[in-house]
Amino acid sequence: MNPENYLYLATILFAIGSVGVLVRRNAIVVFMCVELMLNASNLAFVSFARLNGNIDGQVVAFFVMVVAAAEVVIGLAVIVTIFRTRRSASVDDPNLLKL
Amino acid sequence: MIELLSTVPPTSTGEAVAFWFLAPIAVIAAVMILVSRKAVHSALWMATTMIVLAVLFVMQGGIFLGVVQVVVYTGAVMMLFLFVLMLVGVDASDSFVETLRAQRVAGILLALGLGGMLVAGISRATFPAAPGVGAANDLAGGHVQAIAQAIFTRYVFTFEVVSVLLITAAVGAMALTHKELLTPRKPHAELSVERVRGEHPTPYPSPGVYAQHNAVDTPALLPDGTASEASVPDELRRQGTVRYTELEAARDQESDGGAPR
Repeated sequence: MNPENYLYLATILFAIGSVGVLVRRNAIVVFMCVELMLNASNLAFVSFARLNGNIDGQVVAFFVMVVAAAEVVIGLAVIVTIFRTRRSASVDDPNLLKL
Repeated sequence: MIELLSTVPPTSTGEAVAFWFLAPIAVIAAVMILVSRKAVHSALWMATTMIVLAVLFVMQGGIFLGVVQVVVYTGAVMMLFLFVLMLVGVDASDSFVETLRAQRVAGILLALGLGGMLVAGISRATFPAAPGVGAANDLAGGHVQAIAQAIFTRYVFTFEVVSVLLITAAVGAMALTHKELLTPRKPHAELSVERVRGEHPTPYPSPGVYAQHNAVDTPALLPDGTASEASVPDELRRQGTVRYTELEAARDQESDGGAPR
């Protein structure tokens, strides 16, 4: 097997995650799909670290994980705040600025 | 010797078998995140994908990263997701009504285009012969040592910035979910004075426990046979979900023509 297959897998997972962000209406599921995209990019980083024979890719993937954790905390806090005022977790409902 | 090494297949048979076993699981779980109607099911499929990805990290020499993936993602992040799902309401299943016309088709087409472009780019690139991270590990005296050396020397500034980001995120989450009190909070001394000097110093009667119901939504019966309003929580009475016993309901119907209480 060619190690490039890991990159193809990462690409497929990234594309699936982007479909979820574009199509799903539940804000929490949209967030999960963003996490899936970040995970796919992490897989690509680890694969490149292996392909190039140095550890830097893994360190970058580690930092991506930390940033993803921070993003999840803030994102879910925003979702909870919107839910408290609008009683809904759908991304269609906060449309107050719509004409 | 080097020439010989670069001509042999770069992965072992075991790794190939594991990859072709795990990759379909990851892709199927990722698709199931999309098509699950309930958000909890999506969360469980998400956890599946993350565990599979952790195994793939370990297979490629990222042992530390694989462990961190399990601890941080399947441990902390997924628990946070499930926590918020419980807070927001598990039953809130997604509506599949399109608010923008043809948005779903357009989204899938765009993602297919993105995936196709990335796959085409990767397939045209030439990669090094995949030496693996073993040499880098040996140089530092171990895998975790190698990662620590990289984080605390070359990437130390990034590390500091990321720590500031984490603290900011924690403070931000607390500020965002902070709830404003509508009325000032009463101190305990004031509460106790209110209780003793008020009209009901003794504890309220407990809700009814009968042969047919054993729940807080059934009021206790007073000696004269009427239901005691004080024995059910205010919130239930506001929601109108208080259950009266059959005796009480029949008595009600006789007296005021069956008006629900």
